[in-house]
Amino acid sequence: MKIVATYNIKGGVGKTAAAVNLSHLAARDGLRVLLADLDPQAAASFLFRVRPRVKGGGTALIRGNRDLDKAIKGTDFEGLDLLPADFTFRNLDLILDATKKPTQRLARLLRPLRASYDVVFLDCPPGISLVSEAVLYAADLILTPIIPTTLSLRTLDQLTEFIGGLDGHRPALLAFCSMIDRRKRLHKEIAQRLPAERDDVAATAIPALSLIEQMAVLRSPVTASAPRSAAARGYADLWAEVRDRLCLPVPVPSGHVRS
Amino acid sequence: MSVYSHDFAYMDGERSASEVVRDVLPPQFSVVPAARARTLRRTWLDTFDWRLHQAGLTLECVTGRGPAELVLSGTGGERITALANGTRWPSLAAGLPRGELRDRLQGLTSVRALLPAAKAASTVSRFRLRNADDKTVAWLTVDHLHPAEPSAPDPPARLSVTAVRGYQGQADRIAQCLAAQPGVSPGTLPPLDAVLATMGRAPGQYTNKVDVDLSATMPARMALAAVLLRLLDTLEANVAGTIRDIDTEFLHDLRVAVRRTRTGLKLGADLLPEGVAAEYQPAFKWLGDLTTPTRDLDVHLMNFAADAAELTSASPADLEPFHDYLAERRAFEQRRLARALRSARFAALTASWRSALTGLTPPRQGPDAAHADARIIRHAHRRILTRGGAIDAGSPPEKLHDLRKRCKELRYALEFFASLHDPPTHRRVVRDLKGLQDCLGTYQDCEVQRHEIGAVAAELLASGGVSAETLLAMGDLAGHVGERERRARSEFSGRFAAFASRQAQARFEMLAAGARS
Repeated sequence: MKIVATYNIKGGVGKTAAAVNLSHLAARDGLRVLLADLDPQAAASFLFRVRPRVKGGGTALIRGNRDLDKAIKGTDFEGLDLLPADFTFRNLDLILDATKKPTQRLARLLRPLRASYDVVFLDCPPGISLVSEAVLYAADLILTPIIPTTLSLRTLDQLTEFIGGLDGHRPALLAFCSMIDRRKRLHKEIAQRLPAERDDVAATAIPALSLIEQMAVLRSPVTASAPRSAAARGYADLWAEVRDRLCLPVPVPSGHVRS
Repeated sequence: MSVYSHDFAYMDGERSASEVVRDVLPPQFSVVPAARARTLRRTWLDTFDWRLHQAGLTLECVTGRGPAELVLSGTGGERITALANGTRWPSLAAGLPRGELRDRLQGLTSVRALLPAAKAASTVSRFRLRNADDKTVAWLTVDHLHPAEPSAPDPPARLSVTAVRGYQGQADRIAQCLAAQPGVSPGTLPPLDAVLATMGRAPGQYTNKVDVDLSATMPARMALAAVLLRLLDTLEANVAGTIRDIDTEFLHDLRVAVRRTRTGLKLGADLLPEGVAAEYQPAFKWLGDLTTPTRDLDVHLMNFAADAAELTSASPADLEPFHDYLAERRAFEQRRLARALRSARFAALTASWRSALTGLTPPRQGPDAAHADARIIRHAHRRILTRGGAIDAGSPPEKLHDLRKRCKELRYALEFFASLHDPPTHRRVVRDLKGLQDCLGTYQDCEVQRHEIGAVAAELLASGGVSAETLLAMGDLAGHVGERERRARSEFSGRFAAFASRQAQARFEMLAAGARS
């Protein structure tokens, strides 16, 4: 089981859109996928039409009073399940802090799911906190959307430094340019230059498109509602890069149509 | 966390299955087609004697829009798939594409071929059942099966409501509403059973066992007639497969049915009306003799690889000309057998035999089944003790071959009347007898095989088309077969002593005495 966290210190950069679309693409490839919505804003849960509620809230989950397995819901897509968010997740830092070895807690909770899933996506809230540390400890890959501006690049450097300073397990980092505005020269230039200069930046850049914004209206991944769109193609390319980094199998085309 | 399905059968009326579901759903739910209906061609496969069904497995060849796929599923949730890669049926499991599915099937089916048990087209429609948030909470699958047999009616549509994970409660509510609808009944037969049921059949119906329920007080003649009719059914069931040469077991089962019939005619001759046994004994001897050459060669060829692996001074490859010769002769004998089974003589024999058996009426006087059974098995048992006891180290092979036949007669008689006995006692007596039969069988098979090797070697030598290596390898092979033969011969006295022991005789006596009660 591989764990991918969509994470950035900054908010509003396209983490949830990436988590939702990439998890859908992974399931379409035949992988067994879980998307864990750790963000109390519950955007991923909303997009999959799942009520953002977990019995007993974050406390029961983190303390292990409620089986993680029992909180998981199926989405409308075969092979893709969701651990919905709960408003109490706003206190995850405090809840974690009350446990032994808090940074290792999330990894421990996810361990029993190894037999059930091939990939777990963690859609994380922004900021640097105890939750972020637990995510970094649990994840194999940190997928970080960055808006191509100078300040965003500074944030990426901060994150790289933060991961480099971790003791023990250090996840791999893959950043990608997100919300590229083609009318802005700086966006275009950074999106072209960055992958050439840095190994930890994906070649794929996700443009700022209204279709991606409309996901919240249609409540569906763009890769499902508009699979031939530029947005969906962008996410497909990004998923191919992530899949390669995680050494996951490339799906074999078959004559069978998945619904 | 597991989800479960609710299965229903729905006899299509004026409303389609999805319309029924739409009409019964509580207002907050809706039904939305998930995809276009798919039509699959399904062929269910099993051996003629239903080995997969007996093992709780179902094998299907499914053809849809993509390449044909083999799906093996078990009642315990086991599921293995493989591409069919153009496999033609019937096929031995060894003929399937390499992989897990083939490995799983080879052990189960052994020498039996997989052949179509039923065929149907399956039109599958899938619907989403959504809640007020337009979230899919369950899947509705509607499967219409259309049997390939033109005269067979369609079975009821198969409906399945499967919860999406975490929404079992909502799916249960939908299923409850559906169950209350007229025309909808809970539970469905497995698809293969449903298709076979439309043709008045069920899986697992064939068995090569005698399997007749007799009562102790029924007239012995009617008991024997029931057994002989059952044997005739088995014989006829195997004719087509023997003619088509589907696998070696069709001929084996046919041959055993003939031999059992001959034993019934011999041991029960006085139970039948005068002249019946005398009329049919030669006819069934003709049929039995017809099957011998092909079956002997089958046995030889089936054991060939194992025998060749035992060679010490020659290579198995040296035996190839011998193998080719046997295979060629087997093909010739098989053609001869198939011709005979298609002949008017064979058809007349089975038709008149059936009519003779179905026309039998209980005699005014005569023994009941239990008394006849006791008399027959005692007689057969006594003969084995007498003849076996007379065999010593100097006895010619013919004496042992004759004893083997007598053992078979007792074994068949025990099978005919098995339903009159206490099963554990019956099993113990059969086990005592089987120990002796196995030894005699090995001895005779080896003797026949050794003579066969000698005769073929002489023939090949005379034709001039054989190398010295092949002849030497055949000699090596004959040596190994001869060694097995000698071993069996030396084991005979011990096996017979066990069969004739006081304990074994007491077990037999208990069985025979039980037959009269």
